Amino acid sequence: MYGFEPSDEQRMLIDAVERYAANQLRIAGREADEAGEFPQELIEKGWELGVLQASVPEAYGGFGDHSAVTGVLAAEAMAWGDLSGTLAVMAPTSYVIPILLGGTEEQKTTLIPPVIEAEWKPFVAAYAEPEFDFYEGDMKTRAEEVKGKYLLNGQKMFVPFADKAEAFLAFAMLDGKMRAFNVPAQTPGLTVGEREPLLGLRALPTFKLTLEDVSLEKKALIGGEDEHNASQIAASSKVAIAAMAIGLSKGALDYALPYAKEREVWGVPIAQKQSIAFMLAEMAIEIESNRLLVWEAAWKLDEGDPDAARSAYLALSGAADTAMMVTDRAVQALGGHGYVREHPVEMWMRNGRGIPVMPGLAMV
Amino acid sequence: MISFKKNEKLEQASVLMETVAENMMRPISRYFDEHEHEIPWDYIQFMHTSQKAMGGAGSLTESAARKKEGPSISFQRLAITAEMLSWGDVGLWLCTPGGGLGAAAVNATGSEEQKARFLGRFQGDDPVFDAMALTEPHAGSAMPAEVRTTAVHDGDEWVLNGEKIFVTAGHKALVDTKGFVVIWATIDPEAGRAGVRPFVVEAGTPGCSVTKLEHKLGIHASDTASIVLQDCRIPFENILGSPEVTKKKTEKGFKGAMATFDATRPLVAASALGIARATLEMLKEMLAERGVEIRYGLPRSRMTNIEREIVDMEVMLHSTWLLTLKAMWLADERKPNTIEASMCKVKAGDVVVKITQRAVEIMGPLGYSREYLLEKWFRDAKINDLYEGTGQINRLIVARRILNYTRHELD
Repeated sequence: MYGFEPSDEQRMLIDAVERYAANQLRIAGREADEAGEFPQELIEKGWELGVLQASVPEAYGGFGDHSAVTGVLAAEAMAWGDLSGTLAVMAPTSYVIPILLGGTEEQKTTLIPPVIEAEWKPFVAAYAEPEFDFYEGDMKTRAEEVKGKYLLNGQKMFVPFADKAEAFLAFAMLDGKMRAFNVPAQTPGLTVGEREPLLGLRALPTFKLTLEDVSLEKKALIGGEDEHNASQIAASSKVAIAAMAIGLSKGALDYALPYAKEREVWGVPIAQKQSIAFMLAEMAIEIESNRLLVWEAAWKLDEGDPDAARSAYLALSGAADTAMMVTDRAVQALGGHGYVREHPVEMWMRNGRGIPVMPGLAMV
Repeated sequence: MISFKKNEKLEQASVLMETVAENMMRPISRYFDEHEHEIPWDYIQFMHTSQKAMGGAGSLTESAARKKEGPSISFQRLAITAEMLSWGDVGLWLCTPGGGLGAAAVNATGSEEQKARFLGRFQGDDPVFDAMALTEPHAGSAMPAEVRTTAVHDGDEWVLNGEKIFVTAGHKALVDTKGFVVIWATIDPEAGRAGVRPFVVEAGTPGCSVTKLEHKLGIHASDTASIVLQDCRIPFENILGSPEVTKKKTEKGFKGAMATFDATRPLVAASALGIARATLEMLKEMLAERGVEIRYGLPRSRMTNIEREIVDMEVMLHSTWLLTLKAMWLADERKPNTIEASMCKVKAGDVVVKITQRAVEIMGPLGYSREYLLEKWFRDAKINDLYEGTGQINRLIVARRILNYTRHELD
């Protein structure tokens, strides 16, 4: 049976996340963007909501079954508040979820609990690379087997909190396939670069990470010699980011709507002009329709549907276009004021442009 | 529960309708496009017989007939049927007997007695059509607020006078079969919108005649009729909704009547998306035959232009389909769906027009040739951005809802 409403349990989580997004993230977003980071206690508060913990079974330190749908609902609700903040809170998901989905039993029991049992800790993925046509199926970072060990070489970018990370989940090509490796921060051959200056996401500290002959024990390979489903991990990341794109877009629309009702031109609110009203209507339509594309992709992931990877790809494509269209129009609805940093819409537009390159920063 | 699992009954409906679309529609699609106003009786008879055998499943009259059985899926089934049959041929789909927009109005606003009286005929021996007449020569989008057709109470009858245009299947409902047309008329021209009501006028009623059939850009298999009402007398009980005029205080009767669109807009959206899917599938097949393969998963900088086009089409098509399904799911759940109904209608109208235009463009001279159906679907597509409320009217409805504006604040 088709169904379009979250369960009661999901609703409770969404409500809690929505309160955090509205009362904490959205209020702190601008200041954090200028300061370059969110206060640690704010990230902790987001972590305490237990979005990731709810998706990890008890055996590995969590308190629920993995559900991409629940993850997507939470990610969407949180990103309504602030995208950088959401990616900060959710950064450990990009370390934990690939291990949960593809790790050996031993990896799951040893690597996951330390990350999720206590306060927020910077365990993160090293995924994207500094290439204009970066594609996860053809990463430049390589792993090769040398004398019973794995040797990794390559360069990563957009690695969040790399300066204080305790461990990285580094993605590299091994025998032509994308694989993940657990790399503790102190491993020789790792160099954390300078903090990256970005167009958006300024409240999320990200870094380049260079891997030069990084030598790893066999057990570092997630899933071991057995092939694990790389496309599922890539898809999980795409739907996570797609969900955030929807939340970001909804946040921008919800800002533009009341503004357009307040701001007057020739004595009437601009929202009473069709040129503005239709623009807003189209924003809402794109959000509502593409949201369902994201939900469906997440549902397919949970169902183990073989079409999940393609669905996730299409969902991210649609959500990324939605985010750009909606955040651009939110700026437009505010006119010149939208361009001024007193309003958040210019920040959301900068954040919105980055959606297509964000996979790897979070997973569901 | 969030689920995208098609249940078994809906799956069965899909499979069945796909067989019909492939075998009964596609082979005659081009013929009825080239022979405008010829009536596809073989298709009509076949659909009548098979729908009767299924107890009306998949038609607009179904939800009236089977209200109490299990979780309702009748509106979802309707959407799936409309999508699949329009994938076959939208003009022929519009020639499907067994309950169309007129039946939808009766279903949405009629009493139980009226539903029994008017909808029962779809289960008879002969195929029957119905239609809805709203547009008049002077106004389309401003309807029903600017209805000039009048209904005057006289004894135990109403007397109707006026002219209606753009009545889909009007000829089939009034002349070719013993059907009915739902005519929107005012019972109090002074009252504005509050005075407008739908009335059922049955085939054979003196004073009601079809005066013209339009020649159109597409959907040639479907007749688009003009209807003139001249002192047309119908029983008092043929009014849908309350005969009381409530003037300015409340527009309950009018608003009840507008509920019809909450079902018919997603229906049109579904139909539009059927054409869009047919186009996209044929486009991909034609490209594949010529050695053009579509690769999924690549970043845009690694895609060819055709791949980008196809991926964009798939995103817009499927996202709109899911929104349409949601609008129908809400209807089945008996929850408000006005905003979703207009949203999916807006986007489906845009999407089918874009996809069919681009398909013709991408296939170059082949796309432009009448040897293929792409050019036909390009012509058929446009109606979806026009009927059941133009894209602009539906944008207005969405905008009012999200801004919480009345029609006085935003028009």
